[in-house]
Amino acid sequence: MALVDERVAHGHADAHHHELGFWQKYVFSQDHKVIGIQYGFTALCFLLFGFSLMMMMRWSIAYPNTPIPLVGKLLKASGGIIVPELYNQLGAMHGTIMVFLGIVPLAVGAFGNYIVPLQIGAPDMAFPKLNMASYWSYFIGGVIMLSSFFAPGGAAQSGWTSYPPLSDIAPTGQTMWLFGMLFLIISSVLGSMNFLVTIIQLRAPGLTWMRLPFFVWAQFVTSFLLLLAFPALQAAAVLQMMDRLAGTSFFLPSGLVVSGQQLQVAGGGSPLLWQHLFWFLAHPEVYVLILPAFGIVAEVIANNTRKPLWGYRSMVYAVTFLGFMSFIVWAHHMFMTGMGTVMSTFFQTTTMIISIPSVIVLTALIISLWGASIRFTVPMLFALAFLPMFAIGGLTGLPLGLAPSDIHLHDTYYVIGHFHYVVAPGTIFAMFAGIYYWFPKLTGRKMSELLGKIHFWPSFLFINGIFFPMLIQGLAGVQRRLYDGGASYSHAQPVLHWNAFMSVSAWLLGLAQIPFIFNLFWSIWKGAKVGANPWDATTLEWAAAPSPPIAHGNFVEIPTVHRGPYDYSLPGAATDFTPQHQLQEA
Amino acid sequence: MEIPYTVEARPDTGVFNAKLGVWLFLASEVMLFGALFSSYVLLRTGAPAGTWHHGREFLNVPLATLNTIILIASSVTMVMSWASLKLNDFKKYRIYMGLTLLAGVGFLIVKGFEYGHKFEVGLLPKTNTFLAIYFTLTGLHGLHVIGGMIVNGYFLGPGAKLFKTQPERFTNRVEVAGLYWHFVDLVWIFLFPTLYLL
Repeated sequence: MALVDERVAHGHADAHHHELGFWQKYVFSQDHKVIGIQYGFTALCFLLFGFSLMMMMRWSIAYPNTPIPLVGKLLKASGGIIVPELYNQLGAMHGTIMVFLGIVPLAVGAFGNYIVPLQIGAPDMAFPKLNMASYWSYFIGGVIMLSSFFAPGGAAQSGWTSYPPLSDIAPTGQTMWLFGMLFLIISSVLGSMNFLVTIIQLRAPGLTWMRLPFFVWAQFVTSFLLLLAFPALQAAAVLQMMDRLAGTSFFLPSGLVVSGQQLQVAGGGSPLLWQHLFWFLAHPEVYVLILPAFGIVAEVIANNTRKPLWGYRSMVYAVTFLGFMSFIVWAHHMFMTGMGTVMSTFFQTTTMIISIPSVIVLTALIISLWGASIRFTVPMLFALAFLPMFAIGGLTGLPLGLAPSDIHLHDTYYVIGHFHYVVAPGTIFAMFAGIYYWFPKLTGRKMSELLGKIHFWPSFLFINGIFFPMLIQGLAGVQRRLYDGGASYSHAQPVLHWNAFMSVSAWLLGLAQIPFIFNLFWSIWKGAKVGANPWDATTLEWAAAPSPPIAHGNFVEIPTVHRGPYDYSLPGAATDFTPQHQLQEA
Repeated sequence: MEIPYTVEARPDTGVFNAKLGVWLFLASEVMLFGALFSSYVLLRTGAPAGTWHHGREFLNVPLATLNTIILIASSVTMVMSWASLKLNDFKKYRIYMGLTLLAGVGFLIVKGFEYGHKFEVGLLPKTNTFLAIYFTLTGLHGLHVIGGMIVNGYFLGPGAKLFKTQPERFTNRVEVAGLYWHFVDLVWIFLFPTLYLL
């Protein structure tokens, strides 16, 4: 109660500069908590939308050239059939939306924004105005991307990788893709710069680097990747924009023939250049997707095992090393481009090396479970599911990282299976863990455990039903990006029956999200009320701030940190958790 | 609650927030221009022998030399404007900042002449890949110059009011803007030889 009284008193004392109008409070807010929620809500909407595009694609794969039910009415021109051109748009936009508008904004924009300042004991981000600009730049980028569906010729359709020369000569939707991407890149650069300054400058007194929660470390390395890798795509986007709008031929080789006609351009460009620039971003981007997931899972596991993370330091060193290495592995996406065996050897070696830090982190998390009395809460279920799912995703990546086996697996469904195991049951499950774990911090209420379990178990089942058969199909040589799922290829016939199975799994996975959506909204108003620290956690965001934290300032007073992040079950302590800002072992 | 270290440096890092922020931003900018320079190298080395066009065929080296001198001079005046603020001499600050801004305008006018002449004689980005990279790199650099001039113009005009209430904070802002301005200058110093001379 003392805490609440203090809050009220504090609120009165500061009332003169906290009185903001509706627009400044909820729309153009500069409070990292509101911006975090804006990011989270927008990103979840994009995730749902990107997932819906995929559910449409799965219809075409399972039942090609047949009218799609429900949404088919929207496709009047083709009589409800998903034609290959539309399929390409859906594919390109599914990838773009999920990666750039869904997961990164959720993992970094939402979780990073809301949690990082709280975990380091800061009153806000270092640059609140830039933070707001970052969100709105992301929002504009998203609007441009979405509106490209209504452009003549439809949305971008050259894959999420936008490989030229196809993308150079694609309809207007591709130009909008590039413009949208520029806004998203600006948003990322502003955001990551802000995170880095916040973490370096605004740590509470006593919060040394090795006392930072692992989540903060993960966000720290992630921000470096965003800051330094994204400009390569920015450069590439500028060059492609020049190709499309000013008639240059950066990515168009001489003598290119399109539809039987030689293209009237100067030529002399290099399609490979795009691939280098794109993957220079997009490989670190994969770690941008996975590192925050590592961070969330580490927090949830430490809290629910009630013991310190095993090997905290080695995990920190591992992610730092991983950050550096991620800049020199990009061309393992390009083994088949004919860049030469010397290049391939170099990049497959670095790729094998970069698998080591991921294994260190995963191993440390698994050993952390050893001998623990685990609380099987909903966030913990998702965090535990993350471990084997990410392991499958990671291990299936090894054959792709080796040039000889990649020759066989390249561009098959095996690649799709591998990548999605990392990102869907990997990262997205970690995001769910994070949402269930930190929801009480945002609202002062807990999400329903029962609905959470109803959400978890079917999701876990169906998501494997989608992605595991992809590995089987890919090993059999079924190519990706086929609107009929391989029906026209004889070598695909023996594994073709999996298509319907995977599609049904995908639709059931969609249904399995309904309890989550319901739970999310219902719990805002009707969830069980909880105190400031319902999980008995040690880190500052739970132990030192009320739930929800104070608008503009977070803490009643900035805490002083006296210990590491995971002092659970200290021998002789009164409780099984000792908060970071607690001086004596009570 | 106020955000700490907006004016004074954090003891263990030795910098205030904005200074660290602008250095990180410049790191990102290095990657942007680095990617474009690399593209230039890759396109040039990848071109079949004898097909690559060189800058000296089209470009005006004396004008570019003039522009190099203008930009370097503007970097000097930018430092002087900050130093004047440190010495609490607001009048001198205005003079030096004004000169910096003027140099930016001069640079753009010269650049405008160069561009205009190229367009007149039909040398366009689509003419060949050298001109494509030339227009892209100098165009992007020009946008950075304009961006810097907007910031400097703000600190010369409406932003200067801050000096009356928080002189230290305003001095920091000018220092940070200066770091960016030096970077823009530095990019040109790389652009000049690689595009005009080599």
